[in-house]
Amino acid sequence: MAVALALVLIALGSVLFHLLSPWWWTPIASNWKYIDDTIIVTFWITGVVFVAVVLFVAYCIYRFRHQPGRQAHYEPENTRLEVVLTSVTGLGVIAMLTPGLFVWNHFITVPEDATNIEIVGQQWQWSYRLPGPDGKLGSSDTRNVTPDNPLGINKDDPASQDDVVVEGAELRLPVGKPVKALLRSIDVLHDFYVPEFRAKMDLVPGQVSYFWLTPTRTGTFEILCAELCGVGHPQMRGTVMVQTEADYQAWLDGQSHRSFARLTAPGN
Amino acid sequence: MVDVPLGPAGAVPPADVEDMSLYHPHSWVTKYVFSQDAKVIAVQYSITALSVGLIALVLSWLMRLQLGFPGVFSFIDANAYYQFITMHGMMMVVYVLTALFLGGFGNYLIPLMIGARDMVFPYANMLSFWFYLLAVLVLVASFFAPGGPTGAGWTLYPPQAITSGTPGGQDWGIILMLVSLMIFIIGFTMGGLNYVVTVLQARTRGMTLMRMPLTVWGIFTASFMALLAFPALFVGCVMMLFDRTLGTSFFVPAIVEMGQPLERSGGSPLLFQHLFWFFGHPEVYIVALPAFGIVSDIISTHARRNIFGYRMMVWALLAIGALSFVVWAHHMYVSGMNPYFGFFFATTTLIIAIPTAIKVYNWILTLWRGNIHLTVPMLFALAFIVTFVNGGLTGLFLGNVVVDVPLSDTMFVVAHFHMVMGVAPILVIFGAIYHWYPKVTGRMLNDALGKLHFWVTFLGAYLIFFPMHYLGLMGMPRRYYDSSDIAFVPSSAHTLNAFITIVALTVGAVQLVFVFNLLWSLRHGRKADGNPWRATTLEWQTPETPPPHGNWGKEQPVVYRWAYDYSVPGAARDFIPQNEPPVARPSLETVS
Repeated sequence: MAVALALVLIALGSVLFHLLSPWWWTPIASNWKYIDDTIIVTFWITGVVFVAVVLFVAYCIYRFRHQPGRQAHYEPENTRLEVVLTSVTGLGVIAMLTPGLFVWNHFITVPEDATNIEIVGQQWQWSYRLPGPDGKLGSSDTRNVTPDNPLGINKDDPASQDDVVVEGAELRLPVGKPVKALLRSIDVLHDFYVPEFRAKMDLVPGQVSYFWLTPTRTGTFEILCAELCGVGHPQMRGTVMVQTEADYQAWLDGQSHRSFARLTAPGN
Repeated sequence: MVDVPLGPAGAVPPADVEDMSLYHPHSWVTKYVFSQDAKVIAVQYSITALSVGLIALVLSWLMRLQLGFPGVFSFIDANAYYQFITMHGMMMVVYVLTALFLGGFGNYLIPLMIGARDMVFPYANMLSFWFYLLAVLVLVASFFAPGGPTGAGWTLYPPQAITSGTPGGQDWGIILMLVSLMIFIIGFTMGGLNYVVTVLQARTRGMTLMRMPLTVWGIFTASFMALLAFPALFVGCVMMLFDRTLGTSFFVPAIVEMGQPLERSGGSPLLFQHLFWFFGHPEVYIVALPAFGIVSDIISTHARRNIFGYRMMVWALLAIGALSFVVWAHHMYVSGMNPYFGFFFATTTLIIAIPTAIKVYNWILTLWRGNIHLTVPMLFALAFIVTFVNGGLTGLFLGNVVVDVPLSDTMFVVAHFHMVMGVAPILVIFGAIYHWYPKVTGRMLNDALGKLHFWVTFLGAYLIFFPMHYLGLMGMPRRYYDSSDIAFVPSSAHTLNAFITIVALTVGAVQLVFVFNLLWSLRHGRKADGNPWRATTLEWQTPETPPPHGNWGKEQPVVYRWAYDYSVPGAARDFIPQNEPPVARPSLETVS
């Protein structure tokens, strides 16, 4: 009997906890509100199922607990009931999967006008490369890494020369502009994770992965590494600053001292 | 060549000793140490696995101390923390859950439940345990090796696992881990072949496949899956071992290690992830399916009601087993693999929810109109339903590719998999031990201690893992030695972490009550008769309890009915054992 009561408390307590919990997602700062919406749909469907199942079990324990003279009902199968339950479950799955796949399609389809930026991970820090006036990033390879070229940018690629290399400083992005982040690691796996952006993706040595987003509000957000990358993993933090278009341009115009050509110039 | 004289009938005369006396062990060593009796091997497996479980429990205390009270315990530095989480994870998944369900319950229950005298390859079965023990010793040895055990996370992702930025990466830790896993897999293969062949070949007369108890179906399907899944891990281990010791580049592309370019190129870190999860996802069900089977039998027995929809339950088990081989990359949605895989793997993953839901419906419909005895095994089975449904439903978040993106690598994932493949199967293990202990030892476990164990474990585990989901939803990453300086994490979240730690220590402590109960009841428990739960399945119908070597005395049982004849209308008792001949109809013998 106590167990029936405990199950009722678990079902209702979980719902109350969900509604009253002070621990909830961070205010969103990107276009991925679709993801939040899909999570809400999933919370509703799974929440209803959880409460229904647990309360039903509690009811059965109360109603069909052993008492003198009680005999269980003998019924090996009930095809109709099983078909109905299976179909209802199938509908619930479709209700969650369909929006999920639509949003995923959106997530992996990068808009044509997105600006490429590069995010490079290494134990245990973040570096960035932004396209210079030519709007293009030069090619790169881990084999090119030297002390004066820590990101392994290709010196012979004309597109590389004006690239802005940001090391040991924050990443800046203009608000309202779609950005395609090209992710590269020069040692082990990392994961670029800004909770307010919702999007995240691993950085894998030997290949370039990507995700895209459009920042929707200005502000400063913390970058975390979300893929175990060795003992310094929790210290691998960074900062991303989302600015208005004008502020961003003004900053970018002042960054010619960070251009790749300048950094690798002899005597520097 | 020895000349064997022919007897008067022109045949070789019978030997001087009886067949059975050759078959039975004669010394203490062959009876209890190098035993070929599946039941003794089962106990050996179980004691070893529970001991590893206690080590893993202590490791979880240590990591929770760090998470709840960061910086207070100076002996837990970042290196040690990563070593603790890695060893805790690998121990629990492989060396505790897999070994206990298949090596422990599989060995004990398969021969007894199908009416066999033993496994079909007793010698290989014995070797299986000794390989397992060797694997455990190698794993534990890494605690004492220079540099300590590996701290690569239980997923052992390269290149990190074999580079110098990771504890044990350039020391002995990772080597011992890989070698231990390989030994485990060799040992498991000998056991697994045994379980599968025994079920297929050694069932007693009348025990058709569709009369087998669901426990046997669950263990059988899981063993079959493990035989297909573990080889992927095995090759992954071999390749990583070569990468680490011989300088090959299976998983290591051109990288820079601490400022120095390595002489490697062309390897693929993602290849390891595919191999690992091709094993790793079926592994979830290798643990879950035996739990599904066992819990079905516990619920049916203690609710005195036939399992609802038996045939559907069998097909659902098989469907889950088959589907679990085509969902592995849902662990890799944000791994940088081709994003178009997401459509396929999200779809297959959510389809698995359907047979899984059928199982849940059938468990609760078995309770419906039952005659529910709230015994300790039944309490654990009911708690399993709650925690499994909870953990299964959060799986629908993580399986649905785009929803996984913000949640992956956060505490939400930790909460999810602990609820669904940690708490839920372990509750079944506890329930099963309370259920079958009387058959193994001839004595009942203490009821009052059992109820104390149940309440603290069930409510505590829920209090640990339910709120943890919300830390992950907030964005708190997993595998963080210290989250206290993350800007968006409020101080209330740290209070919650401290609360979780205190509950975890309490739940851990009550497991010692359980261990005490296991040992105390061995001597002082109430004496059990052969069938204390009035169950139908064959293991409860043995002539002696505990069953001796060979299980059945002179004659193996003959099966006349399915395993779930509880509360049959018109029957004299509320259960009819599987080997009870039907009344008023000619028995099988006279027909054939």
